[in-house]
Amino acid sequence: MLNARALAAAALLPLSANAQNQVNMSTGVSDAGAVITELGVEIYDLHMLIFWICVVIGVGVFGVMLYSIYAHRKSKGVEPAQFHEHTGVEIAWTVVPFLILIGMAVPATSTLLEVYDNDDAEMSILITGYQWKWKYEYLDADGENVSFFSNLATSQEEIYNTDNKGENYLLEVDEPLVIPVDTKVRFLITANDVIHSWWVPEVAVKRDAIPGFINEAWTRVLQEGVYRGQCTELCGAYHGFMPIEVHVVSRDEFDSWMAAKQGAAAADAALAAQQLSFDELYARGEDVYNASCLACHGANGEGGLGNAIAGSTIATGGLDSHLSVIVNGVAGTAMQAFGAQLSEVDVAAVTTYQRNAFGNNTGDVVQASDVVSYKEG
Amino acid sequence: MGDHHHGPAKGLSRWLYTTNHKDIGTMYLWFSFAMFLLGGAFAMVIRAELFQPGMQLVEPGFFNQMTTLHGLVMVFGAIMPSFVGLANWLIPMMIGAPDMALPRMNNWSFWILPPAFLMLASTLLMEGGAPAFGWTFYAPLSTTYAPPSVTFFIFAIHILGVSSIMGSINIIATVMNMRAPGMTYMKMPLFVWTWLITAFLLVAVMPVLAGAVTMMLMDIHFGTSFFSAAGGGDPVLFQHIFWFFGHPEVYIIILPAFGVISQIIPAFSRKPLFGYASMVYATAAIAFLSFIVWAHHMYTVGMPVAGELFFMYATMLIAVPTGVKVFNWVTTMWRGALTFETPMLFSIGFLVLFTIGGFTGLMLSIAPADFQYHDTYFVVAHFHYVMVAGAVFSMTAAIYFWLPKWTGRMYDETMGKVHFWISFIGFNITFFPQHFVGLAGMPRRIPDYALQFADFNMMSSIGAFIYGASQLLFLYNVIAAIVAGKRVSDEKVWDGAEGLEWTLPSPPPYHTFETPPKIEEQPAH
Repeated sequence: MLNARALAAAALLPLSANAQNQVNMSTGVSDAGAVITELGVEIYDLHMLIFWICVVIGVGVFGVMLYSIYAHRKSKGVEPAQFHEHTGVEIAWTVVPFLILIGMAVPATSTLLEVYDNDDAEMSILITGYQWKWKYEYLDADGENVSFFSNLATSQEEIYNTDNKGENYLLEVDEPLVIPVDTKVRFLITANDVIHSWWVPEVAVKRDAIPGFINEAWTRVLQEGVYRGQCTELCGAYHGFMPIEVHVVSRDEFDSWMAAKQGAAAADAALAAQQLSFDELYARGEDVYNASCLACHGANGEGGLGNAIAGSTIATGGLDSHLSVIVNGVAGTAMQAFGAQLSEVDVAAVTTYQRNAFGNNTGDVVQASDVVSYKEG
Repeated sequence: MGDHHHGPAKGLSRWLYTTNHKDIGTMYLWFSFAMFLLGGAFAMVIRAELFQPGMQLVEPGFFNQMTTLHGLVMVFGAIMPSFVGLANWLIPMMIGAPDMALPRMNNWSFWILPPAFLMLASTLLMEGGAPAFGWTFYAPLSTTYAPPSVTFFIFAIHILGVSSIMGSINIIATVMNMRAPGMTYMKMPLFVWTWLITAFLLVAVMPVLAGAVTMMLMDIHFGTSFFSAAGGGDPVLFQHIFWFFGHPEVYIIILPAFGVISQIIPAFSRKPLFGYASMVYATAAIAFLSFIVWAHHMYTVGMPVAGELFFMYATMLIAVPTGVKVFNWVTTMWRGALTFETPMLFSIGFLVLFTIGGFTGLMLSIAPADFQYHDTYFVVAHFHYVMVAGAVFSMTAAIYFWLPKWTGRMYDETMGKVHFWISFIGFNITFFPQHFVGLAGMPRRIPDYALQFADFNMMSSIGAFIYGASQLLFLYNVIAAIVAGKRVSDEKVWDGAEGLEWTLPSPPPYHTFETPPKIEEQPAH
């Protein structure tokens, strides 16, 4: 609800309250004055060039109009002139704007050609938009491809105002995209369900993620740091809740991060071969649930966009039909096929969690091996 | 009066069965105002939710229903029918015709509208909720992933399209066949010209929209895959088809507004419109260009660079004829004898704010920069400067300008001026800060936002509440004028107004120009 404090704040128009009210496009330059991306700087300069041309024309047009409003008013007793055409003037204000446009088109064309220059990339990352998260897959990393999902990390409590909002409210993820500094990275962008759009303003990349098609974009970030963005194509209920976080790190740091990721993937695979205890599965399942299920099925399994899990016949009924829903999704609904998104351990964990949380005390323990054998049919 | 001068029928049947262009015009105008309030109410929900960060009033899914219905109701329910209403009232009186050429079709094209919007609004009560995929309804969000109510939405769009096409045919037939002797094309008031061109645009693109929604219907219910890559289709095809309709649609909305402004500014400048012929040519040029720029709404879909360049250059070109129009209006004011009654205030408000919307439009046309603007609040600010300060301000100016002619009664001038200033200020408080948050990185169509956007959003919401409330003042002023306004005795109402409608009594009799008027030598514009 609109509380009293907010209304009081509104009355004061708290422009001073937030020192970082940014009014213009990202300049492509960091606060310390270092270039983040050359393309970002170029786009910003182009934006400002067009802006200032518009300002100059605006001052001219509005100036003439204001002078007319001031000087040519009937109350001053002026007699209206009766002229109503002048071929020379009319030709001039057709031709001159045309020439100005040519002046704008030249830098715009050269910048556009650079945006489209996807050649000579040093690494490629496949970005896939899902309702409502991003998947990153490093394609030409040494050894196996590394891939992971990147979910919103802001808590429901913050969103529903029962907890204070953190500094990066709605712009923080559980696992950021990590790329090395000063490296030309090519992004291959697609989507799994509806159209999304991957945008990080400071890095000056925005490209639609379209199911069934792969778009290309690229960047070369020159400054280490954290850059944040959001999905910019309406993609359903939680369109506002699928941010992007890019960590740009040194080459060494990237290499060790990559090695750790590959190690973790191997560990996950090893875990799938083991039998885990109920508590291990339940705890892991809770994390998976909060990251992947909660948005639609509610913090207490009460449902929302999706069906209720608490007391549901699926989560308390036969295991195969429960696994079918999680692994294959439900066609024609927003329920996705999580078999392709989660590891076998995670599917086993979240299934165990759903069958025992929210009062569904079935006592069932689902192991990764069960998921593997389900998938194999 | 002889008995061949029929008055209107009495009671409800007058409105149900009427074929009179004035009655139908009146119904269109009241209907569109009702839709304006409904669409406005949706906007108030949106701005209330965005008043501060965090989810407060509505759920994200419902928020999307609000943005979708706000856009659909405002574009198809408020702005378009309001200009059709204006055309009905004015075109026959401006060209010296007794009525529209096809009066029965005229009745029908109005009366299918209310059921269509009733059906669209009823989707709010359906299981799964109303359409929640934005007024641009991109597939596959609007097909595979849509709520069941999408079928009703498709049917509603079909009906609206039928209504628009019938209205347009009527306007074309009227203008081409029913002009009084001597009313040559180049003597027609600019409002008639802009509507003639608009009607051709509508006839050309409404069937394209109908095609798009029919393909959606097939995808949803009959197993086709026009817009699904999995079945060999293409989601981007939807966007090409939609914007092939959608870009001309923008000019369908704004060209009649240009026509209105071209009538009002000369009247209160007491000076003929500057560059009548170039205004006509500029309108035609804009209409032509509107067909070859559609993909500038799609710079980020991954078109080939050659396509991107073509659409960028073509879009930039629109600045030329649009500039001609703005220069002509300003030059019309130059060395006139200006007064600032409410219609003139709204017209000047239009001129300033529409020009700002034109500037941001030029910025958006620059493809590489658009990669940073696309689908942000910068775009939202841009099109509200064009749609609200453009179309709605000009419509408001038109109501104040012609209301005394239609009703024979004067509105309250002071209240009108207050309405203008509150609207002007409220509008700018609402939409100017949206340029800032958009450039700073706030995407459109999100129900909640990062903290750095909080201050400007709160400002925007306050402005929206002010602008919204000021429309109730407008409603009151109009009703008060109709019921108890000071009577207007003059045919001319405004001393600088020119045109055949100002030769008729105020209010005009039920039937006018049953014998064609004599067109004087001096041009009618």
